Amino acid sequence: MSETPGSETPGSETPGTPVVRVVGLHREYGREAGLVRAVDGVDLEVAAGETLAVMGPSGCGKSTLLHLLGGLDRPTAGEIWLSGQRVDQMSERALGRLRRDGVGFVFQAFHLMDELTAVENVELPALLAGRSPRAARRRAAELLDRVGLADRASFLPSALSGGQRQRVAVARALSNDPLVVLADEPTGNLDSEATVDVLRLFEELHEAGQTLVVVTHDARIAATADRLISMRDGAFVDETRLTGGSSGQLGALAGLEG
Amino acid sequence: MQQEVVLALLAKEPSHGYELRARLGQALGPLGDSMNAGQIYVTLARLEKAGLVTSERSAGLADRPDRKVYELSAAGQLRVAGWLAEVSWPKPDLTEFHLKLVAAAAAGLADPVAMVDTQRRELLRRLREAQRAAMAEPDGSAAGLLLEGIVLRLQADLRWLEECERNWTGRRRPS
Repeated sequence: MSETPGSETPGSETPGTPVVRVVGLHREYGREAGLVRAVDGVDLEVAAGETLAVMGPSGCGKSTLLHLLGGLDRPTAGEIWLSGQRVDQMSERALGRLRRDGVGFVFQAFHLMDELTAVENVELPALLAGRSPRAARRRAAELLDRVGLADRASFLPSALSGGQRQRVAVARALSNDPLVVLADEPTGNLDSEATVDVLRLFEELHEAGQTLVVVTHDARIAATADRLISMRDGAFVDETRLTGGSSGQLGALAGLEG
Repeated sequence: MQQEVVLALLAKEPSHGYELRARLGQALGPLGDSMNAGQIYVTLARLEKAGLVTSERSAGLADRPDRKVYELSAAGQLRVAGWLAEVSWPKPDLTEFHLKLVAAAAAGLADPVAMVDTQRRELLRRLREAQRAAMAEPDGSAAGLLLEGIVLRLQADLRWLEECERNWTGRRRPS
């Protein structure tokens, strides 16, 4: 309990160290009759390279959980570790650094800066992290190319479609090579075609070994995960591994059998 | 194999069985992979017996079914036209699961919410599979269109399960 932030040697984590480890996590709001247990006793481990989806009805606490993981909010009780580093007790400054360098966020409403072009949005985290403008621009251009928007680099967000904006947001989330990408309803504002673009992009990230945690109630994006957790009333109620499953018969899906 | 499907495949022109199989394969893509290659020949034999199809042996070689060229008879053509004009739609098969939940809850035999969770796991696995197959199809593929339809139906089923979950979670709580 008395460990101070940063007391772990950087890079000391062994290959088996989970990227995310959460123990006995609670987040409460209000008090007495108005007490809300948004996160009510959650334990979780996410392995390196794993894609985890958390599903549940609105108000089940899944967004609060994501905010806690990314250091946007602090728990009432419990521990949060990212790659062997305890983050829930970090100083504000250390937490700010973690949000900038260790975590990539993707939000439902994109949260791009309207007055900056696509490439400027993407390079911003790298500039804030102290990289040279040239290195930051080069990296941003690479990332835009990776999300298929190299030709839109100089466009303002207002000139992009919803799906394109979300792809810019994903590129921005990758800017500082985060330990984990945290996505909150990434397809919530997208039509079906743009959703498929984001699905493809997430699959590519997964193949490239990026650790991903997605909270959503879009079954399509949840179905791309390795593992799915259902959340209700602040707690995990069901967990399932979607990879290596039992079904495996596309013909049955088409109703061709029997 | 549904007889009308084979008849309709034959409507384009007189064809060998393997040509019909190729047409079917194109329309179904990976969804057709599990189909038994012999099914079409079995169905063709039945159709011939029923007078809906006639056949002619091509090239006068060995008497093997794949040497035959099949053609729709007049009755067969009529049947195809009737099938295309028929308004039918696959039934959404929700009633049975709904009744399971109702019965389990009423008898206290099983927790309906847990049953919903189990069902959701299965549907999500299917969705994952269908979605991966759909994304692997090239643009404009006929099979991709079918897969997209399967994905949409699974999504609708999963949304309904959310409603089931909400309903049965509410009833489970002591009031």
